[in-house]
Amino acid sequence: MLELSSLVLTQGDFRLEAHLSLSEGSSVALIGPSGAGKSTLLAAIAGFLPPTEGRIRWRGQELAGLAPGKRPVAMLFQDGNLFPHLDIFRNVALGISPRGRLSGAERGRVEQALERVGLSGYGSRTPGELSGGQQSRAALARVLVQDRPLLLLDEPFAALGPALRAEMLALVAELRAETGATLLMVTHEPDDARRIADQIVLVAEGRAAPPAPMRALLDDPPPALRAYLGDNGAGD
Amino acid sequence: MAGRAGPLGRAAGGAAGLALVVLLVAPLVMTFLKAGEGRLPGPAEYGALRFTLVQATLSAILSVLVALPVARALARRRFPGRRLFVTLTGAPFLLPVAVAVLGLLAVFGARGWVNDLLGLAGLGPWRIYGLHGVVLAHVFFNMPLATRMLLQGWSAIPAERFRLAATLDLPPGQVFRLLEWPMLRQVVPGALAAIFAICLGSFSVALILGGGPRATTLELAIYQAFLFDFDLGRAALLALMQSGVVALAAVISLRLARMDGSGSGLGRERQRWDAPGGWRRALDCVWLVLAGLFLTLPLLALVLDGIGGLADLPARIWPAMGNSVAISLGCAALTVCLSLALSAPMARWSEGLGLMPLALSPLVLGTGYFLILNIWVSPARLALPVTLLVNTLMALPFCLRLIAPAWARAEADHGRLASQLGLTGPARLRWLLLPRMRGALGFGAGIAAALSMGDLGVITLFGSPERETLPLLMYRLLGAYRTDAASGAALVLLAMSFGIFFLFDRLGGRDA
Repeated sequence: MLELSSLVLTQGDFRLEAHLSLSEGSSVALIGPSGAGKSTLLAAIAGFLPPTEGRIRWRGQELAGLAPGKRPVAMLFQDGNLFPHLDIFRNVALGISPRGRLSGAERGRVEQALERVGLSGYGSRTPGELSGGQQSRAALARVLVQDRPLLLLDEPFAALGPALRAEMLALVAELRAETGATLLMVTHEPDDARRIADQIVLVAEGRAAPPAPMRALLDDPPPALRAYLGDNGAGD
Repeated sequence: MAGRAGPLGRAAGGAAGLALVVLLVAPLVMTFLKAGEGRLPGPAEYGALRFTLVQATLSAILSVLVALPVARALARRRFPGRRLFVTLTGAPFLLPVAVAVLGLLAVFGARGWVNDLLGLAGLGPWRIYGLHGVVLAHVFFNMPLATRMLLQGWSAIPAERFRLAATLDLPPGQVFRLLEWPMLRQVVPGALAAIFAICLGSFSVALILGGGPRATTLELAIYQAFLFDFDLGRAALLALMQSGVVALAAVISLRLARMDGSGSGLGRERQRWDAPGGWRRALDCVWLVLAGLFLTLPLLALVLDGIGGLADLPARIWPAMGNSVAISLGCAALTVCLSLALSAPMARWSEGLGLMPLALSPLVLGTGYFLILNIWVSPARLALPVTLLVNTLMALPFCLRLIAPAWARAEADHGRLASQLGLTGPARLRWLLLPRMRGALGFGAGIAAALSMGDLGVITLFGSPERETLPLLMYRLLGAYRTDAASGAALVLLAMSFGIFFLFDRLGGRDA
């Protein structure tokens, strides 16, 4: 279980409160207007922003004081998820060992992960030689070998077209089913949330609401969500 | 939030900063103590101080005066070879001073080209030694720097304003008053201050072209106190005066000079709407040709003389070359390591520490180290290590100004990803920082290596016949009136300085 208890995050004038818990294995979409603090919440869980007040616990263990790399977290950012100067194999391999020294079995795992995302044979290319979709796949291959129980997605596919984005989300859903990871993803698109999430956390007006079942929430949105979705989003 | 320095980075920066402070302050303290034994400055010391200030003032004013029309012509004219011209203005920074002075001698010296021409006209001979020779050499070195700074100023004036001036059909005088004069008022004081500060620390130029009671800089006086009188108290006193003057000028110039003269973006082609034709166009052309000749003829003369002189080179050129290469490589490695350590905390304090050597001159540091070493050993035995150390300290500010921003950029671009993957310490250095900084590292190492290769400073205080570098050998050949051999050595030195710079720069993969 991921618990955010009486959590307060501040950045300058900005302030976000969260008091909620997410069960292990769930798939949660963070929805809300831009600037509401969705990314800020992920950054705090990943260890990039120390909380002003409150606690973040994973399986009962306090995460405060753990460096980002020491947390049970794999995260994909909006951009810059691959080192442009390293080839794809090395990029994925860094998910296993930051020191960069791999055993034979670990090399095998990297190859397997690349194959799983449909990039076998691409290991020696650099990110610049891949298309946007392939870059996303490579980043997902790394997430796979990182093998962390918490997966945070901060709109990593926002720059892709709708079809490609749907493809990537399907891949994420498959990988999640295979690894049993708990997924938290930021999204602007109710459709994306429908595709992959079973719960929704509404982030608006300085507060992250406790999770609500996806379908119920999207089909009968409360006022704050309705305001965000406008007429297009509510209902199908 | 991303890219905050870790404890390891702060520790590395702290250690490097502490070492730097000790290495800079210890010689100053020692000098201060030694100077205390001596007397108060006398007429000779005040004479050196006055000459130092006079030549620096004249050099700064003349460099900027000549640079003004050249920079303006470069700013508003487009011609084939313009990029090359702009690149050329960056070359004197890496050019060994002693080599350039030899080139100037070949053109302006007693048997140089200018005097040949004057002789044909029944005039001359014109003598280069003394104040005007020192100033001439300083203008040779610093006019290009001033040109770069001014050109940067001109390029910084938005193109829209020139377009507006063109639509209003403003005459050239109005364009100058409304657009160019306000820019010059900002840029010229900085250029003057920077060149003034650089010329205060002049040693090799004064060593070869100056001398005598009427043309001795403080730096040169320190050298003379050592070598001719072995009067350590007097050397310390002069060193104290020199460090006071240089530190003051460095502070003033850092305050005034906003632009770094790096000339980024100067090659950009831009439409200029005001460029007047007619006689103004011809005048711009004349200025560019004159400046081009002034900068290239001495080098051309040197190369021509040097090729002939190669055969006269003594056998001891080989150990001298070996020493120079060793010092140069050592200086590149040390400077880059120090710069990396000082970049690691990503903080103003560590970068500020790295600029401190700008406020000291090589011979002041050399004097201090000599006094310290003299307590235990014969300093001459440590000539090469001390030269390496002083060269490293002198190259550090330039190298750090390349590496620190590159480090910060790598962290800003990819630091979050690296942290997410748990890349810390050496792993972060290996997989993120070093590869992202390759260009800056190569360029920085190249600058340090070339500056060190061409340096003729501290080694003159410590050097002994069996421990000489290539510049020292060249100077000694010149002193022995073996001008041809000296030109040969200068040519070798020139090739090695630029060669080692391009080698490192190429290793970094940056387009030169």
